[in-house]
Amino acid sequence: MSYSILVFVKQVPDTQNISGEAMKADGTVNRAALPAIFNPEDLNALELALELKDRFDAKVTVVTMGPPTAAEVLRDALYRGADKAVLLTDRSFAGADTLATSFALSCCVNKIGNYDLLLCGRQAIDGDTAQVGPQLAEKLKLPQIAYVEDVIDLSFDKVTAKRAIDGGYEVLECKLPALMTVMDANTPRPQAARRIMKFKRAKTPSELSKAHANADYTDAELLAEELAVLEEKGLLINEWTANEVGADLERVGLKGSPTKVKKIESVVLTASESKMVEATESGIGSLIQELIEDHTLG
Amino acid sequence: MADQIGNVWIFIEQEEGKIADVSLELVCKGRELANQLGVKTEAVLLGNNVESLADTLYSYGCDTVILAEDEALEPFTVLPYARVLTDLIVEHKPNILLFGATFKGRELAPRVASEKLAGLTADCTDLQIDDFDDKVNKASYQNKLMQIRPAFGGNIIATIVNTWDDPQMVTVREGVMKMDAPDSNRTGELVKVTPKLTDAEKVIKVIERVREDKTVDLKGAPIIVSGGYGVGDKETFAMIKELAATLGGEVGASRAAVDAGWIDHDHQVGQTGVTVRPKLYIACGISGSIQHVAGMDDSKKIIAINNDPDAPIFSVAHYGIVGDLKDVIPKMIKAFKAKA
Repeated sequence: MSYSILVFVKQVPDTQNISGEAMKADGTVNRAALPAIFNPEDLNALELALELKDRFDAKVTVVTMGPPTAAEVLRDALYRGADKAVLLTDRSFAGADTLATSFALSCCVNKIGNYDLLLCGRQAIDGDTAQVGPQLAEKLKLPQIAYVEDVIDLSFDKVTAKRAIDGGYEVLECKLPALMTVMDANTPRPQAARRIMKFKRAKTPSELSKAHANADYTDAELLAEELAVLEEKGLLINEWTANEVGADLERVGLKGSPTKVKKIESVVLTASESKMVEATESGIGSLIQELIEDHTLG
Repeated sequence: MADQIGNVWIFIEQEEGKIADVSLELVCKGRELANQLGVKTEAVLLGNNVESLADTLYSYGCDTVILAEDEALEPFTVLPYARVLTDLIVEHKPNILLFGATFKGRELAPRVASEKLAGLTADCTDLQIDDFDDKVNKASYQNKLMQIRPAFGGNIIATIVNTWDDPQMVTVREGVMKMDAPDSNRTGELVKVTPKLTDAEKVIKVIERVREDKTVDLKGAPIIVSGGYGVGDKETFAMIKELAATLGGEVGASRAAVDAGWIDHDHQVGQTGVTVRPKLYIACGISGSIQHVAGMDDSKKIIAINNDPDAPIFSVAHYGIVGDLKDVIPKMIKAFKAKA
């Protein structure tokens, strides 16, 4: 018997490396120009799962909620060592805040069923809230350990983990099943060439039918046959809608979100009255003099 | 709208009987919000043998301290804290509930919000009371909490409103709300409650706990000299420390300098570090990413030193020096020693 580990990942715009091209003339960010990446700390969560797989024998299922294009991060996870992938996608999920997101994910977890450990990255770089992990744990009535840096031990009834706290660390022991959120404390393994060769053909059903439509053939029987082949080879990325995971539509997306965005303002670095100072002894000397005189210094 | 709106609550974070600064900052902000709404400011204090902290909370402006003590509440673990807090919310129906955006607050608040089906906004940098006209759902709300936070890597500022049942819950970044001076003449009412905890909340056991209080007080420092990636190496970073020591200030750093291993995380200023507003902030070799600037642009005076004249940091600086740190810093030290 092996452990069943679910890892929750998110495809996010790369908000941390905003280059010149992604800035508009007015100093605001052109979101469309930002590349979509694997949320960094979700890679740490995946790495921890894969380390546990190496140490204890586990099956790693990676789950994401997002638009159909989010299948990209699932393939990435397969390249690195995940065994199975699930895409939760539905138009009704749009506009979800963290509560609605965690609800939808909890329905997905219930459909997957058998699990021992749930891992999430601590937070995603587009919202930086760190809320979905703890909220998902609560929805499933599971104990949670946030800010995990390492798993010290795993046995069939409990996990022992080291986690960060303000000003130090703790070692916690918790019964399974449990949810952990993972910090940037390991080095995610790269994609394996051999796995890329295999899993680059992994597809969601809608990717497959889109490929058929593009090739102008729409034989439903053939499509079903190809899906069956993909599944048999372990190359089918499961794709589930709100209905398929039994999610109450009142509780997902914008409808299921208690928080509403009233307004959004772009941050523009405002020029203060700036004085350039010569990097010479006299320039710096008079700057220091000025600061002493107005009691900023001394 | 309900006839009687609930009170403003502040979750008080304590460690070994010492109240976290952010909790006191939030008591001061909470009192301001409560005064605007005409309700009470109430502290929720959890722990074991922490009753003596109530006086401090009154002195900062709490009308009430709701105290829950139990062995299972010390040290902090998330499940018993969430249980006690959720039960209290259901019983007393606060209108607003504030948490510090600390390790504890950011772990606890979402757990409570999820069970209560309440909205929660993380890492707020400002809170205001205002009306909200929800044009999409054609509903209007009065006297709601405007929850203002940076998002999208700090590139936007969003104002968020919780339109479901109370409480309106937020976590607030450390150091962004002003702490007023305490007044020891203030008194308040102590309400003791008995936590109802079961084994279900005790499934997480603390095996080992190692922590020490922060040795750096960036928030309270009047002068901060910060180094960024442009400093180049650990040896040059020592010059930042020397300048700070000469001017009687603290050493700060950007995330890049911390990631490079030149200084530890306690010194980090910015969105993932501390928010500061000193009298003088000297940014050395810091390019000025939005994430860093968000944590220091309220400084009274900002000096930027960078060899790149186009570095964004110059746009928030009051004084800009284009030059090499290894040349500029010694000149500053020399000039200060000559004049002070």
